[in-house]
Amino acid sequence: MNLNATNDRRPSTLDPRGELVEFDLATDEMLVNMGPQHPSTHGVLRLVLRTDGEVVLSASPRVGYLHRCGEKFGENLSPRQFIPFTDRLDYISSMNMNLGWALTVEKLLGHEVTEKCRHLRIIVCELNRIANHLVAACSTGLDLGSFTPFMWAFREREKIQNLFEELCGARLTYSYVTVGGVTADAPPGWMKKVEQFLDQFEPVVVELNTVLTSNAIFIRRMAGTGVLSPAMATGYGCTGPVLRGSGVDWDLRRDGEPIYTRMYNGYQWSVIAEVDGKYPQDHPYPPVPRPAVLGDSWHRFYVRMLEVVQSMHLVRQAIEKYSRCGGDVGKPLPLKQKLPPGEAYLETETPKGQLGFMIISDGSPIPWRVRIRSCSFFHVQVLPEICRGAMLADMTAIIASMDIVLGEVDR
Amino acid sequence: MTIQEIHDRLEKKFGPKVTGRNFEVLDPWIEIQAESLIEVARFLRDQPDLDFDMLHCVTAVDYFQPDPKKAAQAPWQPHLELIYHLSSFTHRHRLVLKTSLPRWQDGVEGELPRIASLSDLWSTAEWHEREVFDLMGIFFTGNADLRRILCPQDWVGHPLRKDYQMPEEYQGIRMRD
Repeated sequence: MNLNATNDRRPSTLDPRGELVEFDLATDEMLVNMGPQHPSTHGVLRLVLRTDGEVVLSASPRVGYLHRCGEKFGENLSPRQFIPFTDRLDYISSMNMNLGWALTVEKLLGHEVTEKCRHLRIIVCELNRIANHLVAACSTGLDLGSFTPFMWAFREREKIQNLFEELCGARLTYSYVTVGGVTADAPPGWMKKVEQFLDQFEPVVVELNTVLTSNAIFIRRMAGTGVLSPAMATGYGCTGPVLRGSGVDWDLRRDGEPIYTRMYNGYQWSVIAEVDGKYPQDHPYPPVPRPAVLGDSWHRFYVRMLEVVQSMHLVRQAIEKYSRCGGDVGKPLPLKQKLPPGEAYLETETPKGQLGFMIISDGSPIPWRVRIRSCSFFHVQVLPEICRGAMLADMTAIIASMDIVLGEVDR
Repeated sequence: MTIQEIHDRLEKKFGPKVTGRNFEVLDPWIEIQAESLIEVARFLRDQPDLDFDMLHCVTAVDYFQPDPKKAAQAPWQPHLELIYHLSSFTHRHRLVLKTSLPRWQDGVEGELPRIASLSDLWSTAEWHEREVFDLMGIFFTGNADLRRILCPQDWVGHPLRKDYQMPEEYQGIRMRD
């Protein structure tokens, strides 16, 4: 064998018996383009991978394929006209995007919505969170090759979309939560349907846990891959389930600004994060398996599955509070409402992380500057750090566990 | 720590480098000199009682009115403003840090203004700064990988500038009618 042919960066060595130690042989490095049309990059994300055989030496994300400069749109439209553009940021959870923008403008205006409207907003946003986490969790399964849970989850998501269609006429881009309230109150009998959905959805979560969360193959693929330490997570600006999956006890629904947290006043819930080695257990759930380490793909997945159940509890509470409220759900502000001069920045807890909007006004109805702080953007940024040394086949699991959506990354 | 106490700490340490403040607005802010951004940021991150461990957002704003009639009434001179939103997990306080830059370095049109990068302090700043560089045209010295991020690498101009003109065509594609 010609020893000179091996890569001189890692010279092959002879063991004491004079035989060639094969695992010291470095194969040729290869550049592999993953995406932008790869189905498991969840959109048009392109990763340039430098691989050594099956091992990823480095990953370099390229984003921007879906860029349309949404911030420039914001500078040319009034805040209510901008609502449909927020739908198209994270199109999996549009209600939460609408809410983030609506609250930011309400913060600038000093406007407060009615109590009934607050509860209605929680119902739609938490339902949307369930839908988002179903897509996130079960496309993880799909990326690992298990097709069944994907169909089950999409069947349930379909029911949520039907509910939203009845509520606002749209199935994906709702524009329902708007500045000053919501576009229309829920139709009669709608709350009953939501409750029916929740009742039949509860056993489905158990099924999903059986096929995914506590599935031995799934655990083997997810546990211990893509480990993100708490320090790295905060340094890279990771938020939401990604941050909580690393064991940081932080949720803007509890720790955010008053205009946001007071929506959740009077609700019984706790932040889903591992504190002192255990998750808050208010519902039966499979335990953390032994191979899982805090901050790995499995923990991020687990946080989402726990949040699905938590959101169900929140929706139930909200329906009860909503039905006890009198009055109306408020009226959307006039389309050409003048904005007071000033600046407002607000972050809200969307299913994928903390979404921030900034609005700067010079006193006219059109904002001077709009800024969108997207959470998925920074979850893409941290990918090279947690992918280093991973197996090529685990890349899809790691990307799926970050739960990114490219509409929001590229804005 | 309240914003007043943070301001007092900064004022005591940096004196005239803290150039402004406003605590009466929705998000109280402190303004500092552009040249001392990195040392102030390092102080904010490393002092145990401040401990700003999270950089939420970097926003660049172009204060420029292309319409000369309206520009005469504008309450400001043309400039760029950088806004940093910081917070601390341990102390649960937040801070808005502002600094202003000229629109062009030394008044030479096309020469990007320069400011120190904060990517050594918060890793997340690297992509924030790439985005600001791409869309607003501010050059961050010390950023290891300052390329365009959202626009194509061969794009001309910085779209979020107020005087930005959409190109007639890009790579043979007509952009507008």
